[in-house]
Amino acid sequence: MAREVKIYTTSICPYCKMAKKFLDDHGIKYQEFDIVKDKAAREEMKNKCNSLAVPTICFDSEVLIGFNEAELRKKLGL
Amino acid sequence: MYELIIVGAGPAGMTAAVYAARKKLNTALITYDIGGQVLWTTGVENYMGYQFIEGSELMQKFQEQVRQFPLDMKTGGRVNNLSRTDAGFEMRTDKGENYRARAAIIATGKRPRQLDVPGEEKLRGRGVTYCAICDGPLFAGDNVAVIGGGNSALEAAEDMVRIAEHVYLVSLTPLTGDQVLIDKVKNANNLTMFLEHEVLEVEGGSRVEGIKLRNLKTKQEKELEVSGIFIEIGLIPNSEPFKRMVRLNRLGEIEVNCANETSVPGLFAAGDVTNVPEKQIVVAAGEGAKATLQAHRYLQRLSQ
Repeated sequence: MAREVKIYTTSICPYCKMAKKFLDDHGIKYQEFDIVKDKAAREEMKNKCNSLAVPTICFDSEVLIGFNEAELRKKLGL
Repeated sequence: MYELIIVGAGPAGMTAAVYAARKKLNTALITYDIGGQVLWTTGVENYMGYQFIEGSELMQKFQEQVRQFPLDMKTGGRVNNLSRTDAGFEMRTDKGENYRARAAIIATGKRPRQLDVPGEEKLRGRGVTYCAICDGPLFAGDNVAVIGGGNSALEAAEDMVRIAEHVYLVSLTPLTGDQVLIDKVKNANNLTMFLEHEVLEVEGGSRVEGIKLRNLKTKQEKELEVSGIFIEIGLIPNSEPFKRMVRLNRLGEIEVNCANETSVPGLFAAGDVTNVPEKQIVVAAGEGAKATLQAHRYLQRLSQ
């Protein structure tokens, strides 16, 4: 079953770009929310994910703050 | 077994890689990320050939140039151990991979220094940040603290006075950054400075709620209510995995001579991880080129 992956970003954050490239390279579909433009997403990231840093990647019940390739691989089962 | 291993893919490591490929050395480039510290720079205006370019875009161009050549690029793992073998060197990464080569270039750069106080690690990503340009917008309308007195701290403070409700600038020393930046920050009406103050603790349960400071002179302690802490207290070299083998200076930088040779024959270093004085993209790139040319000479001597 395809999982619903959400990524919260800002436009100038380099690790956001790296995280998205990683997901693209592995054919993982995701929904992106720019937390500067989208206030509701910002609140969702703060309150639902308890995160105050980008990128924040959420899927299933996992929340990954920052881009750590090894950890992301493990959690996504790659 | 490679002829050359390059560790790190910032400006120094990637330039070294292009030079190695052009010398047709059987090369591996082992790196955690691609671009290093330049990724954290917004605009670059002093790298020749570009009047203005985003840091990440410049590193993308470096990467494209490296990838034209048939060298092995191993990303995502950090080299955490270097040892000598009969034929050269062996590197191990935190992903458990092993690589061997006859010569090596260390170009691992620097990383942001941590405060090393209680609460900092636990609340990282939950109000503690080392990247003002990334996470700044999350603290719109909040009270925040910027820690540090140099240019990076002043730039972060300048950004944050426009976004946050109030900014506290906390520095161990008097401000050391450029006067232009100091003037900009001083004139902001929503900024308070605590100079010659040390940070004792980052407070908060699941998120940052405040920080505890101490005045270095009067020893008086003070608590500030903030939801974000931007730590901008300089950089430290990524030299720990190599420190048992090569000579470091008192800042932890790898000592090299003008030909990029370390204290160990066959082991070279380039860029910000070394004691070369100027930490600039153009300098690091030049040092990377020099290191490969010297490593090439070393390998030629070995095979004679």
